[in-house]
Amino acid sequence: MSSLQSLDITGRSATTTPSPSARNTTEVAKLIDISKCIGCKACQVACSEWNDLRDAIGHNVGVYDNPADLDAESWTVMRFTEYVEEDGRLEWLIRKDGCMHCADPGCLKACPSPGAIVQYSNGIVDFIEEHCIGCGSCITGCPFNVPRLSKKDNKVYKCTLCSDRVSVGLEPACVKTCPTGAITFGSKEDMKEHAAERIVDLKERGYQNAGLYDPPGVGGTHVMYVLKHADKPEIYHGLPADPSISPMVSFWKGAFKPVALAAMGLTALAGVLHYLKVGPKEPHDEPPPPGDRDA
Amino acid sequence: MTSRRPRETAMPKPADAIVRYTYAERASHWLLVISFFLAALSGLAFFHPSLFWLTNFFGGGPWTKILHPFLGVAMALFFIALALRVWHHNVIKEADKEWLKHAGDVMAGHEERAPPAGKYNAGQKVLFWLLALCVLGLVVTGFVFWRPYFAGAFPIWLVRLATLLHAIAATGLILLIIGHIYMSLWTKGSIRAMTQGWVTRSWARSNHPAWYREVTKER
Repeated sequence: MSSLQSLDITGRSATTTPSPSARNTTEVAKLIDISKCIGCKACQVACSEWNDLRDAIGHNVGVYDNPADLDAESWTVMRFTEYVEEDGRLEWLIRKDGCMHCADPGCLKACPSPGAIVQYSNGIVDFIEEHCIGCGSCITGCPFNVPRLSKKDNKVYKCTLCSDRVSVGLEPACVKTCPTGAITFGSKEDMKEHAAERIVDLKERGYQNAGLYDPPGVGGTHVMYVLKHADKPEIYHGLPADPSISPMVSFWKGAFKPVALAAMGLTALAGVLHYLKVGPKEPHDEPPPPGDRDA
Repeated sequence: MTSRRPRETAMPKPADAIVRYTYAERASHWLLVISFFLAALSGLAFFHPSLFWLTNFFGGGPWTKILHPFLGVAMALFFIALALRVWHHNVIKEADKEWLKHAGDVMAGHEERAPPAGKYNAGQKVLFWLLALCVLGLVVTGFVFWRPYFAGAFPIWLVRLATLLHAIAATGLILLIIGHIYMSLWTKGSIRAMTQGWVTRSWARSNHPAWYREVTKER
């Protein structure tokens, strides 16, 4: 959406000068307690309603995931996984998938269009679609496979963490609607404390590996999970255990670009200096061979 | 008038000028030049934030993104068209290895120390094959992350690798072309060869002696 918080931008795509950051807001986070989620998908509906998006009706592909995947018009999707525990008990893992709002966002790093992706001081990473050029580099950069390119307008879309609501002091729509309190929202600090209490509770109930998912490889995230099996995040529909921006992306967007530009400039400069030193290469003034009609 | 120095411009075509490039070769070359500059400038626009202003030449960011892959494909096709005409002159032979050892001499203005060059000297031959490698690399990697048409067919690790290799191949191509342009500016008479098609006998004799002997049957 359009940038609503223009004074507190800490990161801006394809920008090499400081962004307007006169105002500093509290770092926020959404905490998703998977142990409390019943998979009702009210959050999906609330997201669709608040953002006024109506994805096309899909097809039943034999699983509860509906729609089957994230989309330019479906910014959050419940991912259902049937997990068999060591003792043979079946467990239904339901993860609310969507943008994690990384502190070190791979999408923002990869984006070539100035200001098409911004990061606010509250931690929200927002796509400013009017500046999007439709290249999909954000998809290449994202460690969580979240941004989706719209077939309608060739712009990318994803969860905004309801940046419009948050900017006026409201909680995200999914948080507001969650009937079990599985989704909570507040300052990142408070959410970590709340998570710690939940984890103590889960451990008391026998989930020894319960823990908080706030992966340090991307600098932490502003959407965090409480997992009963935090030692095995992959079982939650492929949630990466240690996500980070791919080294191929960070080299491409990092060291390589200035080095390549410098190489181009220096090569051209070498030509200038060579010309000044050696002078133009003219044909030799040699005597013509016999029969040369040049004479 | 044996000591006449050919001027770069406004020199009338001597009666005994040697044809170096036919109309078809020249047209092929300059179509490639135009498509290279369009593809390179539209690509550089996304390469570094300081160059994003280049999108203004192509109608803004989205249009530049839409056009760049097609411009790149056009460049590759024009490259193939030219390469089909000239590749057989660029086969690297034993004498070329000796020539390359004297590349420093040539750059210092002592070409006579290197073995006599044919239609293309060893440096030009190496350039040709490196250009071919870069263009091939750019096209192959470009398709892998061409959205929305092709990128979805490839795993994300391959898309990331292709994106990086595309940037590396593009940098290589641009560096080679900077070198190529400089050589044409340095070697007087060569731009006329590629625009008007002919060279003087002394140009051919001093820059490409073996080719001179081949086309004139003179020694």
